[in-house]
Amino acid sequence: MMKGNTRGTEAADGKGSGPGRFLIRARADTNIQLGIICILIIILMTALQPRMFLSSYNFESMAFFMPELVLLSIAMMIAMLTGGIDLSIVGVANLAGIAAGTLFGFLAGEAGVGGLGTGAVILGVGVGLIVGVLAGLVNGLLISGLKITPILATLGTGQVFIGLCVVLTGGPAIVGFPSGWTWIGNGKIASIPVPFLLFVVLCVALALLLERTSFGLRLKLIGTNPKAAVFAGIRKGRMILWSYMLTGALAAMAGILLSARVNAAKSDYGSSYLLQAVLIAVLAGTNPAGGRGNVLGVALAVAALTLLATGLQMMRVSNHLIDFVWGAFLIAVIALNSLSARKGL
Amino acid sequence: MRVLRNSNVVIALILVAAMVVIGLINPAFWQLSNIFSLLKANVVIGLMALGVLLIMISGGIDVSFTAFAIAAMYLVVRTMVAIDYDGVILPFIFATAIGGLLGLMNAGIIHKFHMIPLIVTLGTASLVRGLVLGGVGTSNVNIDEMPPSLIELGRANIVTLERANGTTFGLTAMILVYAALAILIHLVLTRTMIGRSVYAYGADPEAARRVGFKTGRTMIFVYCTAGALAGFAGLLHSSMSWLANPRGFVGLELDVIAAVVLGGCSIFGGRGSVIGTVLGVFILVMIQNSLILMGIDMTWQRVVVGGVLISAVAITALRDRRSPA
Repeated sequence: MMKGNTRGTEAADGKGSGPGRFLIRARADTNIQLGIICILIIILMTALQPRMFLSSYNFESMAFFMPELVLLSIAMMIAMLTGGIDLSIVGVANLAGIAAGTLFGFLAGEAGVGGLGTGAVILGVGVGLIVGVLAGLVNGLLISGLKITPILATLGTGQVFIGLCVVLTGGPAIVGFPSGWTWIGNGKIASIPVPFLLFVVLCVALALLLERTSFGLRLKLIGTNPKAAVFAGIRKGRMILWSYMLTGALAAMAGILLSARVNAAKSDYGSSYLLQAVLIAVLAGTNPAGGRGNVLGVALAVAALTLLATGLQMMRVSNHLIDFVWGAFLIAVIALNSLSARKGL
Repeated sequence: MRVLRNSNVVIALILVAAMVVIGLINPAFWQLSNIFSLLKANVVIGLMALGVLLIMISGGIDVSFTAFAIAAMYLVVRTMVAIDYDGVILPFIFATAIGGLLGLMNAGIIHKFHMIPLIVTLGTASLVRGLVLGGVGTSNVNIDEMPPSLIELGRANIVTLERANGTTFGLTAMILVYAALAILIHLVLTRTMIGRSVYAYGADPEAARRVGFKTGRTMIFVYCTAGALAGFAGLLHSSMSWLANPRGFVGLELDVIAAVVLGGCSIFGGRGSVIGTVLGVFILVMIQNSLILMGIDMTWQRVVVGGVLISAVAITALRDRRSPA
């Protein structure tokens, strides 16, 4: 077995192995805490920057750029459910956007991508998602077939995916997508941003998948106790394969949203998202050793961090110091989780 | 066939095979100037790899050491410029100490809170990089400001030869520093109690604890040494490249990890050797630097490094599954 995992499970302080009722209560507690943190940040930032922070423009722009981070974080959380991790999500996201962009360039030829219609855009979304699923399949095969530790497997594939982005683009960004594509990232339906609608639909679907289906339950069981899961008749290898394919598809969806929002795709976009996705997953009460995690928590954690980040940016804190804050935040969350668990025992 | 069981022999064979292939594709590979520049490129990655080797033997992983290298290098060089100090020994002591202290932070968090090393080091890397760039500065210290003593050190050669056209090239003296530290780490790993405790902890932390190893001490040793080596290597890099760039080393952690895995270090912990790592570093640097010689476009570099890492990891995973050491 993977040693990192067993050690992590010991450190999981019995939370994961507790009875079901305890699990649900612990999850509700984390989500209530996250909700309170969101409200506190809103109050604090409103007090510091009342005009700018509470403007509808601010919340609208958050509704446009938050969904991609939520999708990446849910992707990370799903990988963590089985006790794994996916460090290739940002590479997959960029590869999906770049694959679609390359396809559009190929389809339009000399005419320019402006003339491409809805059919081409749907094809582009399909190609992006297929890229994500295939990338996830590679990860899953390496992890469940060759029994490579998830960290090293996805570290390597992430490098390969980013490398393929560089090969496809030759280095610079692909700029200019069809208008139908940019609508996915910038359009509105009944004055609600399209990315936000997509995010709500996907979150509800994923929450149902993880909470209400046997698929979700089996994934969590693998993370909680791999041996018991195998004895209970769960096909562990196949489940892990499915979970990484789902992770890849979600990462690709995030890449589609990102490239649609900024109307460009490049090999090194969103490189800071990796740390943020890990931080959000852990902050949302996901147990990196496996077995625990929920979609609502991730959405709340992203909301909290996005509110904090926009607030800090309004106070003209440099982006470097915001990176510092994320790192410090992650360490603080680890410390708090560990301390509160020790107290609970 | 017994010889083939020894990982180091296999790695050395791969190295020789790769050298022959690259040499056949482009004989320019065998020019002494190319070999010398390859060896020079080994020094900094190699020093960092020695630290990562310790961590991976202990069953952990570290993605923060490049951030620590940047912090140590940039703080020391900026301070030297600010107080107009021109020496060699004190700066390197300080850089090593800064790296070591940051490593202590990793060890403390990982051991105290029982957290997965990857997540902790992701956090500390972001923390340290953000603090250096946001708190100290983002501008390069260029060659015109660099302390002359550091440049002088970086230029030192063991042998200097002359090309036909009159220009000279040499083998950097820093290779001796690398060799000395590699031997030191080898001796510590194989001949001392703390070295054995690293292997024991990597093979089974709980067993190591029950046998009576003070595992907290092992963790401190492992992460502090890795941080110290990274800090040292960071300043050395700056002295060899005559530049202190606070944004540098991005993505280098992957090359170093790939080199260590290529060197036969087990991805499950408990196995690995200095000789293998030194060979692994050489293979990786050689492949990277020979892409141009082999006529492969540079845009493929990351795909190649990623591919090398995946295959090396897959092979060691298969090996360790068949023969649980």
